[in-house]
Amino acid sequence: MEYMILIHSDETFEAPAPGTPEFEAMMGEWFAYNQRLIDGGHWIAGANLMPTATATTVHRTMGNAPTITDGPYAESKEQFGGFYLISASDLDEAIELASSIPVPQASLEVRPVAFRPDAV
Amino acid sequence: MTDADIARALTLVAREESGRVLALLARRLGDVDLADEAVQDALAEASRTWPRDGVPANPAGWLMQVAKRRAIDRRRRAATARRGTEAAARALATDDPGRADEVSARDDRVADDTHDVGDEHLRLVLLCCHPALDTEMQVALTLRLVGGLTTAEIAAAFLVPEPTLAQRIVRAKRKIRDAGFPLAIPRDLGTRIDAVLAVLYLVFNEGYLALGDRDELVRVDLVDEAVRLTRLLFDLVPDHAEVDGLLALQLFHRSRLATRTDTHGDLVLLDRQDRTRWDLVAIREANQVLARTMRRVQPGPYQVQAIIAGYHANARTSADTDWPAISSLYRQLVAMTGSPVVQLNHAIAVAMADGPERGLAMLDVLTGLDRHHLYHAARAELFDRAGRPDDARQAFVVARSLAEHPAEQRHLDRRVEQLS
Repeated sequence: MEYMILIHSDETFEAPAPGTPEFEAMMGEWFAYNQRLIDGGHWIAGANLMPTATATTVHRTMGNAPTITDGPYAESKEQFGGFYLISASDLDEAIELASSIPVPQASLEVRPVAFRPDAV
Repeated sequence: MTDADIARALTLVAREESGRVLALLARRLGDVDLADEAVQDALAEASRTWPRDGVPANPAGWLMQVAKRRAIDRRRRAATARRGTEAAARALATDDPGRADEVSARDDRVADDTHDVGDEHLRLVLLCCHPALDTEMQVALTLRLVGGLTTAEIAAAFLVPEPTLAQRIVRAKRKIRDAGFPLAIPRDLGTRIDAVLAVLYLVFNEGYLALGDRDELVRVDLVDEAVRLTRLLFDLVPDHAEVDGLLALQLFHRSRLATRTDTHGDLVLLDRQDRTRWDLVAIREANQVLARTMRRVQPGPYQVQAIIAGYHANARTSADTDWPAISSLYRQLVAMTGSPVVQLNHAIAVAMADGPERGLAMLDVLTGLDRHHLYHAARAELFDRAGRPDDARQAFVVARSLAEHPAEQRHLDRRVEQLS
């Protein structure tokens, strides 16, 4: 089965600055996690998104021209900041993989994929 | 056989056997929902044919055979409905009726081979209490799929409209199917068992507290159901001490059921209950279960609560109660759980052991229970014992304003009046 993991975390959380040892350590964890997904045959896709300050939302309603607003869809304490698309044998495995994502504090929504046109 | 005998046999097979049949079938089919529909179909067929043909010699085996056939029928019908589309062509190619028939040979022995079924049965129990299902769904699913209660019986027991309950179960089964819940022993078995125990304790308390309002003839006894399912869980996981801990706790509580309310349906508090009417057989069994489980040396909150309940149950009169021991146990329980309600009970026990002022001092620093009627009622009782009737009356008034259960409301009204 395929699942999307949607990563919601507090953007204001101070991440280590590039070039510092803390930054290297943090990136190391992420690379290791991504490798684990690849090695385990779970990896389909994944991306880290730019912060919500760069977001634009297009509101569509039937019959009307779309309106465009500055900002993310939802204003919330934790913002949507990245995702993984994974293959897992069942929900428990997907939950376990989500729980291993090296983000210190986040809400990780795990949602099964209904249909993916480019699925093998 | 009379109609009543057949009805009883049907209820028995639904409650006692359908869970294991469902568990086995779900594993074989890889589909809990389909297995449940098939078992329900089979039970419906039983209610039609057993009055005519009599109850079969092996009801569980009969149920398994018929449920299997119904499952195959349903799968074929579903495949036919999809015929004519690309998806249907693919599905028919993989939906090999021969393979479905293959599962049949070994399953007829389900009633005899309980050892094999135990693992499947446990997986089903654990699935019902998966954390990705909310508590209400867990309760409904456990009583339906494991307890074999009908949707109508569960709805009536919880005073929930039947369509609401039915929807809840449908949504839960749908999520199980769509999100891919596995029928498996989770890696963290201990945590999942704790979730099952929480559901069973919730069911027990629902039944225990509802007494006095129930129509005995119509509503299922949730207290008995909870105890039955806790015993089942113990059969399936005999090495988890807390399962026995919960069983002992339930049995101690149940031993007092007859004396908990009087003939008017009003509450009788522990110190006023007629101990000669406590169920000694239940107490004896609870003592044995507790002794057995404590030998495992796997301490836990249910065991501690059971020990406390045991102190009450084994005290011949209220005055014989070993409050210092109980007080010390509550201190342990507070450390284990951090629960404000446990802290409340600790304060009460300390009051009983060391005097009302000590208890009141503890209650004064307790936070988080301002909206809880039991907190104010406890303060009121202790004020009364400390010779402060005005404070007591005020606290009873607050407690009364927060109480929701009619019997508790009547009790608190009386206390307010007594102090006026």
